[in-house]
Amino acid sequence: MTSGEKRGTFGVLVVGVVLGIALWGGFNWTLDLTNTEQFCISCHEMEATPYNELQETVHFTNRTGVRATCPDCHVPRPWIYKIVRKIKASNELYHHFVTGEVDTPEKFESNRMELAQHVWKAMKETDSRECRNCHKFQSMDLEKQQSRAADAHDPYYWQAVDGNEPTYTCIDCHKGIAHSLPEGFDPTWNSPGEG
Amino acid sequence: MKKTMITLTTALVVLIFSGAVVAGAVESLRGEQPLTENAKEPAKKQALVVKGGIERSYKQQPPVIPHAIDKDEINLKVNTCLNCHSEKTFEAKKAPKVGDSHFIDRDGKVLKTISSRRYFCEQCHAPQLNADPLVVNNFEGVK
Repeated sequence: MTSGEKRGTFGVLVVGVVLGIALWGGFNWTLDLTNTEQFCISCHEMEATPYNELQETVHFTNRTGVRATCPDCHVPRPWIYKIVRKIKASNELYHHFVTGEVDTPEKFESNRMELAQHVWKAMKETDSRECRNCHKFQSMDLEKQQSRAADAHDPYYWQAVDGNEPTYTCIDCHKGIAHSLPEGFDPTWNSPGEG
Repeated sequence: MKKTMITLTTALVVLIFSGAVVAGAVESLRGEQPLTENAKEPAKKQALVVKGGIERSYKQQPPVIPHAIDKDEINLKVNTCLNCHSEKTFEAKKAPKVGDSHFIDRDGKVLKTISSRRYFCEQCHAPQLNADPLVVNNFEGVK
């Protein structure tokens, strides 16, 4: 290798590294930008209904002032699932810009059951992964819960001891905690196993 | 005659004004505060949580709610009280079932679901705060 070739290789390497940092960094920066509540509610569909309703709930207003934003519950944290979700979100852009399916509160209301069922299905399939980013069984102090809640969160209640996995997941009982329930919601849907 | 009228009118005027003065000194439930000022803010109270419920004071009293309901929602679309108290879920949730009388419509027909005239739970059922009564009350429920 001549010194010129050496310099050439070095130059390519430097350019590659800089370009890599710029592109990858830029990509992640943009990704993070789309992962904020401000971005979500920049569409009026999201601000007018889901965000409005969230403000009434414990995930927005509570004693300690800790709160969840849209992506905390609706965007997975592990990178690969996050990318998949972001790609799926292009469908939401399609409906926002092309069909305008939920562009008024009335239209949102008439589609609410279907929209809600999509989210419930996703959360059931992922074992309520996004809930568990914050809510962990290991950190629940059952003594501090009200008796009914403590009973339902006790692993023995679900026979989830000795390595058995619990059959139910957060969303099975906790539907409609951050947004209004859809009209026609059957109360047994929040009461798995017995209904 | 004229003299009597003047005397009466004067007496009336005096009465009205003295009445107003007396009224200003009357202590009401809001304390000895002038009407022109805002009442003192009452101390914050937490909703009462009583396991097993609060006993009724008389037979036909709508049972009071022994838990917080601030996150519950009753509107045209949903009634989240029914998540636990409906005829379908009360056993699983170990909650008292909505009373049988609530399934009868105004024509006396027995319905499968709750009658719309009984839909708004809070019209009769109230949550409780651990507050002292404003005036002494020796009421005892019918046993």
